[in-house]
Amino acid sequence: MPSKVEGWKDEAYGNEVREHLLEFAEQGWDAIPADEHDAWFERFKWWGLYHQRSGQESYFMMRIGTPNGVIEPGQLEVIGEIAMEYAQGPASNPEFGDAYCDWTTRQSIQLHWIKLEDIPDIFEKLESVGLSTQQACGDSWRNIVGCPVAGKDKHEHVDAWPVAQELHETFKGNDDYANLPRKWKVAITGCDEGCGQGDINDLAFEPAEKHGEVGFNVRVGGGLSRKEARLARDIDVWVPADRAADVAHGMSALFREYGDRDDRFNARIKFLMDEWGPEKMRQVLQDEFVDFELETAGDDMRDEYTYNSGGNEGHDDHVGINEQPDGNYYVGLNVLVGRMGAEDTLELAELADEYGSGEVRLTQRQNVIIMDVPEENLGDLTSEPLLEDYSPNPSPFMRGSIACTGTEYCSLSIVETKNRQVRYARWLTDNVELPADHEDFHIHLSGCTASCAQPQIADVSLRGMKTRKDGEPVEALDIGLGGGLGEDPRFADWVEMRVPADEVPGAIRNLVNNFKRLRAEGETFRDFVEARDEETLADLVEPEETDYHDPYMHNTKMTWYPYAEDDDMQSSPAPTDGNGQPLPSDD
Amino acid sequence: MTTDVHQLDDGAWISVNGSREVNVSDLWRLAQTDFCGCEMADFLAEGFVKVGVDYPNIEARIAGQCIACGEHGVTDWLTVGRVVDPDSGEFYGVVHESVHFPGKHARNGASE
Ligand code: HEM
Ligand code: SF4
Ligand SMILES: [Zn+2]
Repeated sequence: MPSKVEGWKDEAYGNEVREHLLEFAEQGWDAIPADEHDAWFERFKWWGLYHQRSGQESYFMMRIGTPNGVIEPGQLEVIGEIAMEYAQGPASNPEFGDAYCDWTTRQSIQLHWIKLEDIPDIFEKLESVGLSTQQACGDSWRNIVGCPVAGKDKHEHVDAWPVAQELHETFKGNDDYANLPRKWKVAITGCDEGCGQGDINDLAFEPAEKHGEVGFNVRVGGGLSRKEARLARDIDVWVPADRAADVAHGMSALFREYGDRDDRFNARIKFLMDEWGPEKMRQVLQDEFVDFELETAGDDMRDEYTYNSGGNEGHDDHVGINEQPDGNYYVGLNVLVGRMGAEDTLELAELADEYGSGEVRLTQRQNVIIMDVPEENLGDLTSEPLLEDYSPNPSPFMRGSIACTGTEYCSLSIVETKNRQVRYARWLTDNVELPADHEDFHIHLSGCTASCAQPQIADVSLRGMKTRKDGEPVEALDIGLGGGLGEDPRFADWVEMRVPADEVPGAIRNLVNNFKRLRAEGETFRDFVEARDEETLADLVEPEETDYHDPYMHNTKMTWYPYAEDDDMQSSPAPTDGNGQPLPSDD
Repeated sequence: MTTDVHQLDDGAWISVNGSREVNVSDLWRLAQTDFCGCEMADFLAEGFVKVGVDYPNIEARIAGQCIACGEHGVTDWLTVGRVVDPDSGEFYGVVHESVHFPGKHARNGASE
């Protein structure tokens, strides 16, 4: 039997939801009938709006999809203005202030505390500069990800940016693919460093050569969610760049027809891949969903992949200053846990205009890149005060930190994430020294098993849990080690479970010290982990209290907002009207 | 009015008659269960997998983990609250810290 959500989608979904959304917005929050909340909030996701968690009713997270993370000249200023004007809630965040933007692990933008009533104005502003929230969430073609410097990278063998644009234009708002069984995540990369992260997407195009032409090999079925992490599998197909969209049509139509609509937990294509295997996947694609003969896979470039390969070489996270093929430079700036204040965002927009072309890009490591900076501007740009906070040359722990949304806004979360990770990164920077040959050391913190922060592909993976300390429940983290991408991607081994959150920095310090003591000459952290079994590794972690202080040990999910002065659920002002005034709650 | 129950946002919470009522991340005490070897499981709810009604009880099978021993999996049916008067539809949640006895219920079958 089709799931409840499928029933709602049959009644209304996709493009048509916009009209309803705007009508509700005109009339105000109360206009949505209480018994239709669930159905409408499910549908609003398709337009990039996600109802925030319990205690924050009537407030939405808004996601803006920027294909391949490309923010064109003129767009960032508008994003900053919208954040400043509309993304302010009833309480402030102690690390980030009243208004901020989140740069996400899928090269998108997230704003919080958005009021339904403001959505028409926000849409108008976004659309005036060619931005949109369409299909940023929901069961649809999501934001297309790729190498963040596509088209402007010396390592590129085929320019993937026009192909990403073609896919974006073809599949955004396309009614034939508007109602898929589940989310559909696509990555496309033309460079030989592997920074598109295709391995963890539903559909991946990776550079490969055939008949002397560089096109793409196709992989299918990657994803990290739940405890069901999968790497995308090679379906033995090569396409030239001008046919990539045809294969994308075919694969997403296959998913539309064969994906499981009865059980949302089994709907992602990774589960169909489990069932069918790559040969059958290819066969069904060929027989039913494309009208030309598929070619077998070409020669890929995976053995050259450096991105997140553990080897500390290559451009890796794109932080730093690198030359573009046109002689200009791109300047990658580190944004700790991907969150940037709205004022800083406006300042960044100004700097990008003043010193570069105005184009800014988002990476899959929650960072930003200022593009097209002429050599003679580099000195002035790097002495700007903003670059003290968002450094092109950060310390490894600042640079390697990624965190998801967590209990601040997310319904699924178990623990607090971003503010905690900020405190971790600071403490580790002050107290732990990595070996000099480990500039890249990734610590990813996800508040639950959905894995939005992609913990399984980090050197140190942290995942939200609970434990008891002196009998009292406290927030805790599972610790995994040794994950990463590269030629042979590898998911982290979960070695130490339910570590109280205030003992995690001590655990990482002890681990790093043990690594320095025991490593073979030149051995990378990833190889070090791979060479040892889980028990041995667990012994090297040694959780320990230190002078690190964690203000979020209590059950932050039980608060209406973890950082509010009076954080009691009963003290929540939500739901509120369009002016933020509390409304009587019907819950 | 029949009681309308479902899980949403990937099992993050249970909706009862259109209202958000039960959330993940709480600890539940489970007794007499073969979920794990503990006499009393100290169970962290991470996701609602199935929900159902066995009048007047609202029941769920929950994915999660015993934080005492580390065993993870999905519980049997567990009463998470009651709707005593289907006409008013009012939901009364159980106290999750008190002791619960998972079993085989959800007569009206499962919805997802
Ligand atoms: C309100 C906050 C959020 C909610 C409720 C949410 C919900 C979810 C859910 C339910 C999943 C697992 C389901 C699935 O993969 O099919 C998931 C996975 C994921 N989400 Fe989120 N998410 C939130 C924020 C974010 C953020 C900030 C990002 C960063 C772009 C993000 C990116 C991802 C990624 C990369 C995965 C892993 C999916 C995979 O490849 O399997 N999410 N999220
Ligand atoms: S990983 Fe879990 S807690 Fe973090 S944003 Fe995703 S769903 Fe929420
Ligand atoms: Zn147990």
